[in-house]
Amino acid sequence: MSGQTLFSKIWETRVVDSPAQEAARLKALAESGNLDDGSSAVERQELLYIDLHLIHEVTSPQAFEGLRRAELPVRRPDLTLATVDHNVPTFGRDEPNPDPLSAQQIEVMQQNAGEFGVALFDIFDARQGIVHIIGPEQGFTQPGMTIVCGDSHTSTHGAFGALAFGIGTSEVEHVLATQTLRQIRPKTMSVEVTGELSSGVTAKDVILAIINEIGVSGGRGHVIEYRGEVIRNLSMEERMTVCNMSIEAGARAGLIAPDETTFEYMRGRPHAPGEDDWARSVEQWRRLPTDEDARFDREVSIDGSRIRPYVTWGTNPAQSVTIDGHIPHPDEIAGGERETAERALAYMDLTPGTPIREIRIDRVFLGSCTNGRIEDMRAAAAVVEGRQVAPGVSAMVVPGSGLVKHQAEEEGLADIFMAAGFEWRDAGCSMCLGMNPDVLAPGERCASTSNRNFEGRQGPGGRTHLVGPEMAAAAAVAGHFVDVTEVMA
Amino acid sequence: MRKVSAVTGRAVPIDRENVDTDQIIPARHLKRIERDGYGPFVFGAWRDDPDFVLNDPAYDGATIMLTRSNFGSGSSREHAVWALDGLGIEVLVGVSFADIFKGNCFQSGLLTVELPEEDIDHLMDLVRKAPQTGIEVDLPTQTVQIVGNAWKRGFEIDPYRKYRLLRGLDDISMTLEYLTDIEAYEQGRDNDLLPSTASSQQSNVRWRPTA
Repeated sequence: MSGQTLFSKIWETRVVDSPAQEAARLKALAESGNLDDGSSAVERQELLYIDLHLIHEVTSPQAFEGLRRAELPVRRPDLTLATVDHNVPTFGRDEPNPDPLSAQQIEVMQQNAGEFGVALFDIFDARQGIVHIIGPEQGFTQPGMTIVCGDSHTSTHGAFGALAFGIGTSEVEHVLATQTLRQIRPKTMSVEVTGELSSGVTAKDVILAIINEIGVSGGRGHVIEYRGEVIRNLSMEERMTVCNMSIEAGARAGLIAPDETTFEYMRGRPHAPGEDDWARSVEQWRRLPTDEDARFDREVSIDGSRIRPYVTWGTNPAQSVTIDGHIPHPDEIAGGERETAERALAYMDLTPGTPIREIRIDRVFLGSCTNGRIEDMRAAAAVVEGRQVAPGVSAMVVPGSGLVKHQAEEEGLADIFMAAGFEWRDAGCSMCLGMNPDVLAPGERCASTSNRNFEGRQGPGGRTHLVGPEMAAAAAVAGHFVDVTEVMA
Repeated sequence: MRKVSAVTGRAVPIDRENVDTDQIIPARHLKRIERDGYGPFVFGAWRDDPDFVLNDPAYDGATIMLTRSNFGSGSSREHAVWALDGLGIEVLVGVSFADIFKGNCFQSGLLTVELPEEDIDHLMDLVRKAPQTGIEVDLPTQTVQIVGNAWKRGFEIDPYRKYRLLRGLDDISMTLEYLTDIEAYEQGRDNDLLPSTASSQQSNVRWRPTA
């Protein structure tokens, strides 16, 4: 018998065994004339227990309304944490919200948290921030857990070796009511990144390279486990950047095996196990990594030493080239992707053959659950220190949480950004998804550290190029894309 | 959840790969706290293009949408399903659907049917040339066929999902019947080390307005 993967070790201990339910299922199938001989059951669901449920103001109101109508409580408020992030203003927060619908959505989150007894990191709580930043920051995110949230970037928490994935609002309601989810068991996929990264190459470039390689649906139906020397050598925050964008490769979840780096990052955080429980916790976590003889349904290997800083040119995250490249000609692109590329180039208003470095930008957005943590702030600040945002460029930094913001201010990073001409904002999702007033104007071109370059993602008609924080900072200073190592030289 | 059985109607072709949920319903329309009212905003930005297929009155009233591969990728927003529902779409017939979106469709009783690319090519060609063509999707027999034509294809679906769709049984009421099993699971496992949000102490850092 072959060994188990990290994924199956988590999954199998979280399946709620329910003989009565299985009996009911078989009875129903027999009644409807379907024999369960295993051949046609292409996607049989299992009842999966959820250890932590994160909720926010945008995808939860309808779920709470459903509970209210069915007169159901939140079954485990002690495993539920709420915050407001998607739709909160990042400036003028202490003034009345000018958008009545946004204000209502935030108020409804507050009312629901109060009525159902759910802990809420509210808008004036320093711990407020993007759900995927605050879970790890507070030590709620731990190896071996199942974590869900009504947000596709829940995959971020996989960096700790937790099985974490995004769900829809009906599923949010299901978890609130039962603390479980009905899920089809996904397949497993190993993505190994070998070798050593060149200087100036970041975790963002690693994940953009992976997506470029396997495509935006390459991970569909799978949970990805990121492995290999490059992954092992990443910091926890860098690992979160990688796992965060698993969904951009079509995979609902991404995982990285917990190790000393993980334990060191977690130790002492408010909700991590205390010193009395620490040794016992670590002992459990050490059993999680994939066994040497375990098999994956699919395996991909990428040479990390060949990865260069990436910039996306199109309208999906796989449409990217390295900084020394040029806008591809659709003729260079094979088959069905050609039409997609032509459409993307038209939307992005780009001419094939243009060197990436010659693309001028109007805006810079530094933040999001992909790159809104303190290490991202430090990396970008190191690039802009003593420099100025280029004339005509408008740049902003939106820290991922109130605590990241506070720490960046303590470390003097906020002053560096503001001295360079960046706007310094309050925590939230902000221009990553363009729900609040932080949006691009039609036609504006943005170097963004976020995760999606979809048409209109950052505002109707806006044009998004995804990059890492250093590359975004360098572009802000140069006014166009540039290799960050040149700016620093 | 509404019951799903057979749908016969006209089909509107969305002939693009990797249609993400930001296209189906842009984020700026996610501020509502209700499940309905999203229909007018479906494919918000693309509808500004007069040549976009949904602006062609020939497809008004279509109940089937033909799609390409990886339809519904990106954001987990179930609002995308509610918006398609608001448009009157009851079945999606496509090459493949993104994982989260597909789950959301099932939750709302929007049937997703996967067919090989050449079959989707054929159906898209047909409804582009003759938008009035009737297409019948029949869940009990797991078939898609063209009305008045011999063309017919079978599709796969998990039999238990099918059983529940046919009866409109929603997941929550079903799972609640097995609460004792969930309680037994909770009591039976070693979980004293897992974090609780109930003890969430205050932070010593205070929020301050940005200067």
